[in-house]
Amino acid sequence: MSESTPGEKFMIGEYELVCGLEVHVELATATKLFSASANRFGDEPNVHIDPVTLGLPGALPVLNRRAVELAMRIGLALNCTVQPCTFHRKNYFYPDMPKAYQISQYDQPLNVDGWLELPGGKRIGVERAHLEEDTGKSTHVGGSGGRIHGSDHSLIDFNRAGVPLVEIVGRPDITSPEEARQYVTELRQILVAIGASDAKMEEGSMRCDANVSVRKPGDPLGTRCEIKNVNSVRSLGRAIEYEARRQIALIESGERVRQETRHWDETDGRTHTLRTKEDADDYRYFLEPDLVPLAPDEAWIEEVRASLPSLPRERRARLSSATGAPADGEAIMVVVERGQDDYVLAVGDHGADAARALVHVKEAFAEQGSEPRVPVADLARLITLETSGKLTATQAKTVLAEIVGAGGGDAEAIAAAKGFEAMDTSELEAMVDQAIAANADAWAKYCAGEEKAMGALVGAIMKTSKGKADGKAVTALLQSKRGS
Amino acid sequence: MSDRISAETVAKVARLARLDVTPDEVSRLTSQLDGMLEHFADIDALDLASVEPMTQPYPLVNVMRDDVVAPSLDRDEVLAAAPAAEDGRFRVPPIIGLEG
Amino acid sequence: MSVETTAFRIADDVRAGRARAVDVLDAHLANVTAREGDVHAFNTVTADEARRMAEAVDAAVAAGRDPGPLAGVPIALKDNMCTRGIPTTCSSRILEGWKPPYDATVVTRLAAAGAVFVGKTNLDEFAMGSSTENSAFGPTFNPHDVTRVSGGSSGGSAAAVAARFAAASLGSDTGGSIRQPAALCGVVGVKPTYGTVSRYGLVAFASSLDQIGPFTHDVRDAALLLETISGHDPLDSTSIPQPPLQLLGEIDRGVAGLRIGRITDLPGGSEPEVEQRLAEAFEALAAAGATIVDVELPSLKYGLTAYYLIAPAEASSNLARYDGVRYGSRVEAADTNAMYMATRAAGFGDEVKRRIMLGTYALSAGYYDAYYGKALKVRRLISDDFARAYERADVILTPTSPIVAFPVGSKVDDPLSMYLCDVFTIPTNLAGHPAMSVPFGTGAHGLPVGVQVLAPTLGEPVMFRVAAELERGVR
Repeated sequence: MSESTPGEKFMIGEYELVCGLEVHVELATATKLFSASANRFGDEPNVHIDPVTLGLPGALPVLNRRAVELAMRIGLALNCTVQPCTFHRKNYFYPDMPKAYQISQYDQPLNVDGWLELPGGKRIGVERAHLEEDTGKSTHVGGSGGRIHGSDHSLIDFNRAGVPLVEIVGRPDITSPEEARQYVTELRQILVAIGASDAKMEEGSMRCDANVSVRKPGDPLGTRCEIKNVNSVRSLGRAIEYEARRQIALIESGERVRQETRHWDETDGRTHTLRTKEDADDYRYFLEPDLVPLAPDEAWIEEVRASLPSLPRERRARLSSATGAPADGEAIMVVVERGQDDYVLAVGDHGADAARALVHVKEAFAEQGSEPRVPVADLARLITLETSGKLTATQAKTVLAEIVGAGGGDAEAIAAAKGFEAMDTSELEAMVDQAIAANADAWAKYCAGEEKAMGALVGAIMKTSKGKADGKAVTALLQSKRGS
Repeated sequence: MSDRISAETVAKVARLARLDVTPDEVSRLTSQLDGMLEHFADIDALDLASVEPMTQPYPLVNVMRDDVVAPSLDRDEVLAAAPAAEDGRFRVPPIIGLEG
Repeated sequence: MSVETTAFRIADDVRAGRARAVDVLDAHLANVTAREGDVHAFNTVTADEARRMAEAVDAAVAAGRDPGPLAGVPIALKDNMCTRGIPTTCSSRILEGWKPPYDATVVTRLAAAGAVFVGKTNLDEFAMGSSTENSAFGPTFNPHDVTRVSGGSSGGSAAAVAARFAAASLGSDTGGSIRQPAALCGVVGVKPTYGTVSRYGLVAFASSLDQIGPFTHDVRDAALLLETISGHDPLDSTSIPQPPLQLLGEIDRGVAGLRIGRITDLPGGSEPEVEQRLAEAFEALAAAGATIVDVELPSLKYGLTAYYLIAPAEASSNLARYDGVRYGSRVEAADTNAMYMATRAAGFGDEVKRRIMLGTYALSAGYYDAYYGKALKVRRLISDDFARAYERADVILTPTSPIVAFPVGSKVDDPLSMYLCDVFTIPTNLAGHPAMSVPFGTGAHGLPVGVQVLAPTLGEPVMFRVAAELERGVR
């Protein structure tokens, strides 16, 4: 059994999972990390190139201040210490790496020693979050299906080369595929909330590698494998679980796990050897002589810290206390992710029930973005009508759909136009009695304890009332008439 | 020969530096590099434990530019100077054998 | 018009309408026609481009506009500085025919000052060498004796000025590549403080050591050129944020009261005539009112080792981009890795390969601490030695080169003996200081000898005062 309920330790047989994630995010700057050509996704190939991007002879890098600021925002949002840092060259040959070295941060990264708190409260350590430049993109032509092996040749586009990245190196504190999914989801929300990145895994602006190992509780850490090419949160969980099971099968059959980099294949749901540690490159790191050290002073760090918006975790807690809904429940998770929590709170401030506002916004505002077009007052008025019993839940939903479609509207007027008016209790009782008389069989079965039989009775009442009857009130009346 | 560097190491370094070398070149380079390393051994006797490495001649810090876009180079001009190009991109032979 | 003149006077005459830039150009091009076959200073002569620039200068003067402080001065550029649309080869097969799509900052600044570019000069491939014999296109010969080397790596730029193919030129100096050929060719050569002249568009050899500087006929011209090309450049992160150097005012100040350092533990091995000229240089300065003081630089002797680990290490990384993918030459092969190996093997010459190998080794896993890491510490020791010496002295004097120009081919098979040519020039680059070579008489075979003036960081003003005095002292 690999699924686990909250609070229960995730185990595969006798083994526990140890996982750390390395997440690369592209920063939402206008230009590249070290040059002024545009940082833009989706254009024609090789239209955002300059001498630095192409690694032309004589070109020199100059650091993008905005990229540094966004990297600092990431560090501060992840509770890291921002420190004086340097840039190194990581030397390796690959056709999409124009200079044959990547400028990255090595032993002195910008951000160190932070953590990310999962919605349930568990903290996952963040070892470091450093700046580096992205590579270009290779397309493999000929052979089967755009894969490297068997291709006839490859084509290189350097638009992405030099785009600023922050690599967020998590500590191996993750112990289940679900925690890995939560970590990446939470991280994504933080990155979007602070404006650091659009963090789209499908477009590659957020990329996730997983270091996976297994062990029996109490044993030393097992040999780990690094899983690359995971392109969605869903695949991440699958890849980690597949890899853990693969390693366990090896161990159980008496073989050893080799330290290697493995490639997740979405189509067959397996990981495959990409390269083993034995033939790893010797990167010959050394301090980048074309750049000088970066040492943000206290004033700059505090300025960036002060400019951070409230983070998803704080916003969920705030929404939870305003609505009474659980902070890690679906409604709050969804509404905060959409950035509609301020809107819900504003509806509450308008005197309407915030809990109803949360439900309506979650259900009806999926297309509305973080600044819904519907005026706060309009939703507040609708909810007031609903909670005072003047509209049933079903009617309120219908009216809201209209308001959302029109970008606003007076709930009372719409309800009136639709002929929605609350029924008084005697009218409803009469309808219930009439339905019981007309459906004697169903009533008898219902009285005998067959709950399903209630459906026929409710259906009949709704039909008579043309949908105006409040379902909850009908159910309550039927139950009281049965005597239970 | 002082045997500071072996022919095997020289061959490995040549692969790392992506230089095809013939066996003759390996033996010539081995002897030349060995001679140099022998000469450079003069610093082996220095006590450098408390010395900070010097990487930059002039101490500058926090050199940054504003995040403002400048025009790209002309793609056609750049691709015309490339050894091989196709479909607006740089063309290379199959990408294999790049490990190690 | 005669070419036996200076850049300063050419600009002065052209700006005042006393001479035309096209005539100045023609006189220099006539020298090229007459002697380039023997000297081989150039990889490319840009006569048409030069004529357009000269005509523009003359048109500006005719229209009453000032073309700038270098109006009509014919200048040659070392062929490792990017010139838009004009081949920039670094004297390497791997960049043969490559035309940069952009100009180096120094090129932009010279053009804006009214200079006229006559061509791109020969160098040791990627500036690695001390004789310009490591050029893929053949050596540059010394105009004073064409059986001998011009020095290097900026041999073409030195020879172009010495042969009066250009009134001035630019070179680059990583371990002596301006000063040593200046000395061997009998011209003035300056390596400025690291960070005073932008490296943007200079094809990198060793990024923490490279610096661009001028070759000229006299010290005043060197000041004029350096004033024009120095000053902060936002495109080079290592560029010192300060205005251009102010040097012309220093030339006639004399040296009275200055303290001139004599290194007591200077590595030996210089030719006797070179030692003799250095002694005379001290005498000349003392006679002009300077005080000679003794300084010790005990770590200086380790400079060669530190340099030949640091420079190749940086070079091995800087030259990795020549991979046959985006520009330059390519040798086709079945896969990309084989293409890299074949392209680089065919495209680089022996000396470049040797240094790439040495540098790759010095940085590689298991050897970094023993070689590169240690070299960086020795670099600190040398810098500290200089700091102590400059508490006692305003400048230091040494020979530029231990020997005069040597016969072509005499050292090519012994890389280490070639490296020893740089023993006096290398420490300055390690420290990031300025230094310049001033012609000071002749040595063996009547060949030019240069004396080197060294100064602390941003000490160019005092360095130029002393250099100008030496120039007066030798006359």
